[in-house]
Amino acid sequence: MATVYIDNKPYPVNPQENLLHQCLSLGFNLPYFCWHPALGSVGACRQCAVKHFKDEHDTQGKIVMACVTAAVDGTRISIDDPEAASFRAGVIEGLMLNHPHDCPVCDEGGECHLQDMTVMTGLAHRRYRFEKRTFRNQDLGPLVNHEMNRCIQCYRCVRFYRDYAGGKDLNSFSLHDTVFFGRERDGVLESEFAGNLVEVCPTGVFTDKTLKQHYTRKWDQLFAPSVCVHCGTGCNTSVGERYGTVRRTVNRYNHEVNGYFLCDRGRFGYEFVNSERRIREPRLRGEPAAPETAIEHLRRAVAHGGAVGIGSPRASLESNFALRSLVGAGRFFCGIADGEASLIRLMLDILRTKPVRVPTLQEIELSDAVLVLGEDVANTAPRIALSLRQSVRQSSFDIANKLKIPLWLDNGVRDAAQDRRSPLFVLATQATRIDEIATETFRAAPDDLARVGFEIGKSVIGPDSGAGGIGCDLVNEISTALKNAKRPLVISGSSCGSAAVIQAAANIAQAYGAALYYTLPECNTIGAALMGGGSLTSAFDLIRNGYADTLIVLENDLYRRAPRAEVDPLLEKVPHLIVLDSLVNDTSAKAELLLPAATFAESDGTFVSSEGRAQRFFQAFVPGDPIRESWRWLTDESWTRLDDVLAALAREIPELGRARDAAPSAAFRMAGAKIPRAPHRYSGRTAMLANITVSEPKPPDDPDSPLSFSMEGTEDKPPGPLIPFFWSPGWNSIQATNFYQKEVAGPLRGGDPGVRLIEPGQSNGKSYFSEIPEPFSPRQGEWLMIPINHIFGSDELSLSAPAIAELAPGPYVAIGSNGFAHESEVSVTIADETFRLPVRIRPELPAGIAGLSYGIPPVVGIRLPQFGKIEKIS
Amino acid sequence: MFSILRTTGRVFLHMFHRRVTVQYPEQKPYLAPRYRGRIILSRDPDGGERCVACYLCAVACPVDCIALQATEDETGRRYPEFFRINFSRCIFCGYCEEACPTYAIQLTPDFEMGEFHRENLVYEKEDLLINGPGKYPGYNFWNVAGVKIGGKDKGEAELEAPPVDVQSLMP
Ligand code: SF4
Ligand code: SF4
Ligand code: SF4
Ligand code: SF4
Ligand code: FES
Repeated sequence: MATVYIDNKPYPVNPQENLLHQCLSLGFNLPYFCWHPALGSVGACRQCAVKHFKDEHDTQGKIVMACVTAAVDGTRISIDDPEAASFRAGVIEGLMLNHPHDCPVCDEGGECHLQDMTVMTGLAHRRYRFEKRTFRNQDLGPLVNHEMNRCIQCYRCVRFYRDYAGGKDLNSFSLHDTVFFGRERDGVLESEFAGNLVEVCPTGVFTDKTLKQHYTRKWDQLFAPSVCVHCGTGCNTSVGERYGTVRRTVNRYNHEVNGYFLCDRGRFGYEFVNSERRIREPRLRGEPAAPETAIEHLRRAVAHGGAVGIGSPRASLESNFALRSLVGAGRFFCGIADGEASLIRLMLDILRTKPVRVPTLQEIELSDAVLVLGEDVANTAPRIALSLRQSVRQSSFDIANKLKIPLWLDNGVRDAAQDRRSPLFVLATQATRIDEIATETFRAAPDDLARVGFEIGKSVIGPDSGAGGIGCDLVNEISTALKNAKRPLVISGSSCGSAAVIQAAANIAQAYGAALYYTLPECNTIGAALMGGGSLTSAFDLIRNGYADTLIVLENDLYRRAPRAEVDPLLEKVPHLIVLDSLVNDTSAKAELLLPAATFAESDGTFVSSEGRAQRFFQAFVPGDPIRESWRWLTDESWTRLDDVLAALAREIPELGRARDAAPSAAFRMAGAKIPRAPHRYSGRTAMLANITVSEPKPPDDPDSPLSFSMEGTEDKPPGPLIPFFWSPGWNSIQATNFYQKEVAGPLRGGDPGVRLIEPGQSNGKSYFSEIPEPFSPRQGEWLMIPINHIFGSDELSLSAPAIAELAPGPYVAIGSNGFAHESEVSVTIADETFRLPVRIRPELPAGIAGLSYGIPPVVGIRLPQFGKIEKIS
Repeated sequence: MFSILRTTGRVFLHMFHRRVTVQYPEQKPYLAPRYRGRIILSRDPDGGERCVACYLCAVACPVDCIALQATEDETGRRYPEFFRINFSRCIFCGYCEEACPTYAIQLTPDFEMGEFHRENLVYEKEDLLINGPGKYPGYNFWNVAGVKIGGKDKGEAELEAPPVDVQSLMP
């Protein structure tokens, strides 16, 4: 700790940081634009000017930029100094010369950092009376809107997009006062993190195009702390609602998980909640039914005995548990496809018994050597790819430290490091988007990847080689890099469909003392797996053999879990099919009783992420009756509140008991008050419903959480898991996050949300897997079909969001070798099903291997990898 | 005794004072144009809807009796999809008019809004929108704003330079 005097008062500061960072951490209102906690300082905007004094006798001082001045012990600065203050006002006036008169029609308005900073410097009048410069906008695709006139040339967008996220197609163009930020020509932004521009840009140049379709100001939305449902990473989000529909998703800072950024699937996937395809009322044999009738029917079916329940990895712990309690643990099945379920059990087993630690995303960013084995992370767990892009910068930090360049000085560090990157090895079945930052890549069939993996493990464990010399140099290189690393990391996952790959990753992690992260496809895959229950096949067998006459399917489309040929006869056979879901799908279409389930935005619950972190999400609004949480449909009268379910869960399944601590209980109060979901300026309360009833109804009660459905409640900043939105006096934009953290860019005050349920096994002894698979040999006339994941398309829910659907590819088969023409139609026969699919040529695919677009209807429910035939259609 | 007589005398004298009570509704008092009565939504000089659905009136309203939803036409011009004022809550403070950046929302010198049923005091956009610019003729927000709408391209607003050619390398 060092001491810095700010306006003659001493404050303890962190000397590793710059003055702006420390002033904000201390809670001072110091305006800035170009600095961003995750992007560091470049000193481009000159907004953060303060007066710097040599010593206590210096009365003159000089103006310095706080963001590029180190917080050295003994520094004396003044924020309030009139000269510094007028300098800052002058900078704003300059930035505003060409600024359009747009606030009323600007989507940034009300959460605009430029507005906030303008007000903060006290500039209220425009003196400039001449012509304003204008730009033409570009069409950047369905996610991000472009309105270039509002740019203040802070360069944050390109620094995030290019330097931080590795995008290529956004850049600055032109010169002097006409610098333009955009693409070389109109077109969809290529980076899967482009949506973050909405928050990174301090003005209304880049805004959320999906929000624009149903625009609502920040102050008018009811927000809830939520968790992304579109993959297993568990990024924290805030969802905003108005007039009964979800308006948008924004990032919710969690230092250990997503930090400041989300991926575009997570940010724009929310629109499925507003979909036309929502199930909005109970249906009994296709006819609308009253909720009471529906519940009556459900009760009778269960009481009759012989009900089997299939849970879901995309339903909350609470809903899965309610189903499990209803049908009995022995007749509950977790609803994950068989092959995948056994892989997940294997991973859980490894993580619980072997001495390897699952890293947080924050720890992934700090890893200095990474091996990705058999995963296309950019498409299966996109946010992790962004963390990996930071991890390769570890070596630049070492270089900067040697040269005594402070790490926050972004350009300095990047210039010093040039192209040097920490080791990252990507071993996968196909090319991935992080290959471009990899030290080496290697592409092979899953079995061969596993063999290389085992080999890498062995080069520490013992000399014996079983892999027959594949990629021998590569093995040595990886092994050396992992050995030399201080914080090595291995990432693998289920998308190869190979137990051997998972085991090989575990071997490597143990051998090198590396952290081990398995990416999982859905938001509650681990939670559902921890809930127990047999395989899907055993559930199907029960029904097929007539041991069950009722099947209850919870938020799950069985056609995505098993081949049509298996599901069809099953659903024909079962006398009573009860389905709870939010969107219509093939399974729900066959239901005898269909119950409308609340989505994540309309319910409270807990998900367990791939990290094993249990995180609570809260409802943003109360859905129209009769939509309700699945657990509410399934419970008898004994559970009336979420806390009741969690208490029962803790009793029944002790391993999941700590999930209760993911957030404070519903009884939590701050100085006796609830936490408001609405910003205090929330408008229209006495008019929104006046067309229906002119006497305003009381806002709904929330028995499940300490949050209120209005702006009434505490004015204090809530604890991490309960922050609905970020706001601080004078800071209406998301930059208000600064005031919720212990230190800017550090953990949230009171701790980051979530509790980790899986910690390394206690046994000190390492134990290695030794079943090395045979090398893959291509078959004559058959292809091993592997899944090809897509950030836009492979996730079931976000595919119902129009903007995401627009970017998703149609189903296709990818073939590496010649003999097929790109885009030609072929017939693909796999698992007794035949599809006509267009061909995409991906030359990098290994011989004998073809790829199938994963999760994109109608090619769903097929266990991959699996051999199949491809025939030309004449 | 004396005080009773004095009071009676005073009351008697009042018969000769000038009358201030007006025989409303037969007789109507003069109300200044800035009187704060029934709220209307006005139109641009060219007849377009003035309100750009910025939500500022709604947030300024101390009783929260304004609710609206923004939408856009195919050219990017923003307007309210619905606009509702609950006059049974309105206190005619005029904050909405003060907040409005486009002069769309204006208070008028009409206060005759008595109703037997509160529901009838809920005014929708159709009830609020008038056919002229009201108190502020001449002002058109879109002529000073930077966004492009139908009939007004970039660089065509007041005091705007033509759009920059970003491909140009001229210093
Ligand atoms: S960017 Fe901010 S200051 Fe500029 S028009 Fe938009 S809201 Fe107003
Ligand atoms: S577009 Fe936004 S982020 Fe980029 S330079 Fe302009 S104001 Fe800054
Ligand atoms: S990485 Fe996964 S959890 Fe995170 S935002 Fe993207 S889809 Fe959501
Ligand atoms: S303040 Fe004016 S322009 Fe904005 S919503 Fe209200 S009436 Fe419309
Ligand atoms: S924030 Fe310091 S110069 Fe931009």
